[in-house]
Amino acid sequence: MSAAQLEAFDLQHSFHETRVVDQVSVTLRPGHLAVVLGPNGSGKTTLLRILSGVLRPAKGNVALAGQPIEKLSRREVARKLAVVPQDTQVPFPFLAREIVAMGRAPSLGPLGRESASDERIVDDALASLGVTELADRSFPTLSGGEKQRVVLARALAQRTDLMLLDEPTAHMDLGHRVHTFEWLTAWIAAAPDIRAALVVTHDLTLAARYADEVLLMHAGRLVAQGSAAEVLTRERIAEVYRVQVQIEHDDQGRPYVIAVRSEIG
Amino acid sequence: MKRPYLLPTLLGLVGVAAMVSLAIGSAEHPTQEIVLGIRLPRVILGACVGAGLATAGALLQALLQNPLADPFVLGISGGAALGGVLALALGWTLGLGPMSVPFFAFAGALIATVLLYTIAGAGGRAPAHSLLLTGVVFNAFASSVIIFLTTAVDLSRVAGMFLYLIGTIRVVDPWVIAVVFALLLFGLGVGMYYAYALNLLAQGDETAAHLGVDVVRVRRVILFATALMIGASVAVSGLIAFVGLIVPHVLRLILGSDHRVLVPSCALVGAAFLMLADTLARTVLAPTEIPVGALTALIGGPVFLVLLRRDLNRWVR
Repeated sequence: MSAAQLEAFDLQHSFHETRVVDQVSVTLRPGHLAVVLGPNGSGKTTLLRILSGVLRPAKGNVALAGQPIEKLSRREVARKLAVVPQDTQVPFPFLAREIVAMGRAPSLGPLGRESASDERIVDDALASLGVTELADRSFPTLSGGEKQRVVLARALAQRTDLMLLDEPTAHMDLGHRVHTFEWLTAWIAAAPDIRAALVVTHDLTLAARYADEVLLMHAGRLVAQGSAAEVLTRERIAEVYRVQVQIEHDDQGRPYVIAVRSEIG
Repeated sequence: MKRPYLLPTLLGLVGVAAMVSLAIGSAEHPTQEIVLGIRLPRVILGACVGAGLATAGALLQALLQNPLADPFVLGISGGAALGGVLALALGWTLGLGPMSVPFFAFAGALIATVLLYTIAGAGGRAPAHSLLLTGVVFNAFASSVIIFLTTAVDLSRVAGMFLYLIGTIRVVDPWVIAVVFALLLFGLGVGMYYAYALNLLAQGDETAAHLGVDVVRVRRVILFATALMIGASVAVSGLIAFVGLIVPHVLRLILGSDHRVLVPSCALVGAAFLMLADTLARTVLAPTEIPVGALTALIGGPVFLVLLRRDLNRWVR
């Protein structure tokens, strides 16, 4: 097994005496696109913050490339692991290109001087996410979906082996949502023995379509883990999301979920 | 503006501002003694104060991810003012002579910063809004203590305290000028060294951490450097409002948000701005001097509101 890998064992964390992450163990294998599903408040974002090392869990440990993540400097972590946060608000008028160029930060000196090769990496990242024409726009003026694509380009420019993404397609239209998942699978497929990604999303159908592995969270716990077909059953979705669904399968046996009726309230 | 032309342009601006400030004054035929002995120290000091306030404002805004953050809002200027007033009211000198009031002002700025930390703080992991709120409350507290002191102490000292607070560039001991200049250079150096880290910090604490910044350490260093610059500025000029708010804001609109350009530009434009403002303040009603702090507030307040309105329009689209 390759070195660049993320492993978390028996994580536990509480906010104000409420368990938000409870007995969660995760292994991110090279070549895999893992998708974390679960209703609002089920602990997905907290799990991601713990995995990225910005939140120390009350119990359990996270290892990045075989080393405890808290023993690594933020810079060392940032060279191995790119994070796309749920919501990016920048209160200053940075250009989209400047935002993407910040992905080079972990590889630059303290003054942040970019070389020609850094500029090329930034250009490639902009092109790869289809945001080249937004490069000279002020980031705060972009739409939600455009911002998310720019931040994805920043993560790509970081040139890491691992990516953690928190609802990266939440504000995107259908075309860009599908494109983002295609882009992510292609990114992993280009170096399947080292690259891997973990995505939090609410889109069950896209998750089932692209995930190598699905993790379903409910009330801080990992209630199911496996292939989309194994995890996404009618009973389990009804229990976790409180919604009646119908599940169909495509010609490759991948499930897709059709909502029928809410059972909330 | 293209980057190669920026530095010469701004240096030229500072030079012109300095020449104008030296040439203009209440004396119709200024002697060499007036120009070099009275105007020059004041022009140098004005430049230092303007540069210090504008740079400190830019650093604080990035650090708190808030374009409206400012030495005053955070109570750091208030702390410096309180320190200086305490020294004046109670006659504390510590045998420092002309350095005593500046020393206590700096101590006040540092204490305000440390308080900001320990109260709002969790050792530097404070969210921005808790820092801002603590600053507002600390400001109110500092003003109350100052008002209490002005009513409680001997009347002969009140005039001195009032003059200290109203925001004028005082001609002080050359040693004080040297110390202020050194502190400013140090703060500016720190700000420029961390300018790229400030770009990342302006994206939010967690994003900065994801991009490899040791957020806690950078915050500590920047807050300390800011306290130095603000303490030094307030010590020799009292409370001069809006320079730390408006100069970075205007420059960000013209030059963009990259702090590697913004921080040194703020220092130079802040210096030129306050030199000219001070010249205006001491000549417009000559021989009476207007406090330059009142003048910057008079110009700065409306300008800021206009900028804010335009900014809001742009953001709301």
